[in-house]
Amino acid sequence: MSQAPVIELRGIGTRFGSQVIHRDIDLRVDSGQILALVGGSGSGKTTLLREMLGLLRPSAGSVRLFDVDLANPDGQLQRAVRRRLGMLFQHGALYSALSVFENIAFPLRELRCLDEDWIRRLVHLKLDMVELAPGHGRLMPAELSGGMIKRVALARALALEPELLLLDEPTAGLDPDRSQNFVDLVGTLQRTLGLTVVMVTHDLDTLDSLASHIAVLAEQRLIACGPEAEVKRLAHPFIASFFGRDRRKLL
Amino acid sequence: MIDAPRLQVESGKAVLSGHWTLAAMLPELEDLRRQLAAAEAASSWDLSGLERLDSAAAVLLWRAWHNAWPADLAVAPLHRQVLERVAALPPAMPATPPPPFNPVTALGALLLQALANVRGMVVLVGQLLLDLAHLLRHPRDLPWRELSANIYKAGAQALPVTALVGFLIGVTISYLSALQLRSFGADIFIVNILGISIIRELGPVLVAVLVAGRSGSAMTAQIGVMRVTEEIDALSTMGVSRSQRVVLPKIIGLTVAMPLIVLWTSAVALFGGMLAAMLQLDLSLFYFVDNLPRAVPVANLYIGLGKGLVFGFVIALVACHFGLRVKPDTESLSANTTRAVVTAITAVILVDALFAIFTRRIGVPAL
Repeated sequence: MSQAPVIELRGIGTRFGSQVIHRDIDLRVDSGQILALVGGSGSGKTTLLREMLGLLRPSAGSVRLFDVDLANPDGQLQRAVRRRLGMLFQHGALYSALSVFENIAFPLRELRCLDEDWIRRLVHLKLDMVELAPGHGRLMPAELSGGMIKRVALARALALEPELLLLDEPTAGLDPDRSQNFVDLVGTLQRTLGLTVVMVTHDLDTLDSLASHIAVLAEQRLIACGPEAEVKRLAHPFIASFFGRDRRKLL
Repeated sequence: MIDAPRLQVESGKAVLSGHWTLAAMLPELEDLRRQLAAAEAASSWDLSGLERLDSAAAVLLWRAWHNAWPADLAVAPLHRQVLERVAALPPAMPATPPPPFNPVTALGALLLQALANVRGMVVLVGQLLLDLAHLLRHPRDLPWRELSANIYKAGAQALPVTALVGFLIGVTISYLSALQLRSFGADIFIVNILGISIIRELGPVLVAVLVAGRSGSAMTAQIGVMRVTEEIDALSTMGVSRSQRVVLPKIIGLTVAMPLIVLWTSAVALFGGMLAAMLQLDLSLFYFVDNLPRAVPVANLYIGLGKGLVFGFVIALVACHFGLRVKPDTESLSANTTRAVVTAITAVILVDALFAIFTRRIGVPAL
């Protein structure tokens, strides 16, 4: 089963009106990889992520998740694919009308075949996994701090035990300490659960400590894609400045 | 393809194999549960043949083991970690009990909430007066742009729909009255009936109900979303008063626009009534227009416009009040928008009743 790639993009092109975002993008993510999608602001990273999720239909090309084409009209098949992935939105996208507990329980309840005790245990397990206390389950999303929202959103993304985790700016808006904790958390989860992770990030620390592979978006194309060390060595002006500039900032 | 989860029991030894994951278990969950229940007695469990074990499956196993490690367990270290996490949870998770329902406290809460709303609106009116006083002293701070935008949105854009509804209501009333009047031979009184009822009563109330649904809900939702997205807070950090920039233009805008919409709607409704009367009773348009001032004292028009003014103020006040009460979640947004529209319409009908009582001697033609 590990032969087929988890995500396969072929010839993806995206345009909004006359504005071209992507041209002819090919990308392949294999099981167990942690792929970081980097690029300048407005280079269409989040757009590409949304296309991987099927939230946005690309203007050209095909997206295959778990060897299923997202353009396939079979609703049953589509739902089955969606259940195998978890998404962490940039701003959490927690259901603001539901408590933390209910937010995490929601995807489990939607399966309609788990009993209440099972759901309760699983939710507490996820809360424990992201290092939140059971008491936090009663809070409403509006009462949470930025870091806690991220962790609750991660717990919700993990609720269905996904094989593929998509993270949009997982550490944006967290202080360095929190962000390191979050990165460690995702890393640990990835190792223990054997996840495939695709993340959009600007943060070089996150990149260094998590990513096994890097894909670089610039000039509407994927200018590089491969193992971390290889990509960093490429002599492309954008890559040099992206990794170089942030290096200076860190020092 | 994923190997389905399998469970085999051989002489007191349960052997698990395949993928024990939520996704793989779902299609045959009932079967697995039954098998696990049957295997409960097994003292020895062999999980070493497992390919994957996720926490959902771990919880299922742990429950089959009655929250204790089995006497003899063979499992890979990675999977043992998953099980250990489940084992670390307290065995019985306390469910949060729903708060008990008590009719007395529920009634009290309702009453307190109503009082809080009244208080909130009084505070809002007070704030509005303070703002107006400030603006009189500093006319340059007047938010002209927002004011005109609000008059345009709540007034000009409402013209087509109010005209349509007004026209149809005018036609309906005229038609129904004509049927009755003809049997009495009192055809010409259609002018009195239409004139008084539309100008004095129906025009303002009809417009108020439409505007409450149209602009009132929009105002609540807009202020509510501004609260959800912290735009209101952003305003105040820039030293811009939210009541001056957000609330005041809405309330003044609607108060100014409403009498104009009332005038327009009443006119269109009368026109509809005239048309129906012409077709039904052969009453010429000219006769109708000629007799209207005689049948309907002009005081009725002033009362109608005055009502429009007050209704506009009430609708915008209620809408802004509930908009400012929105908490940053979607449920509260929808609840407050509903409340704003319902309260605004109720308040309009109440105020209308007050108008009816206090103006009962004004503008009624002496017979």
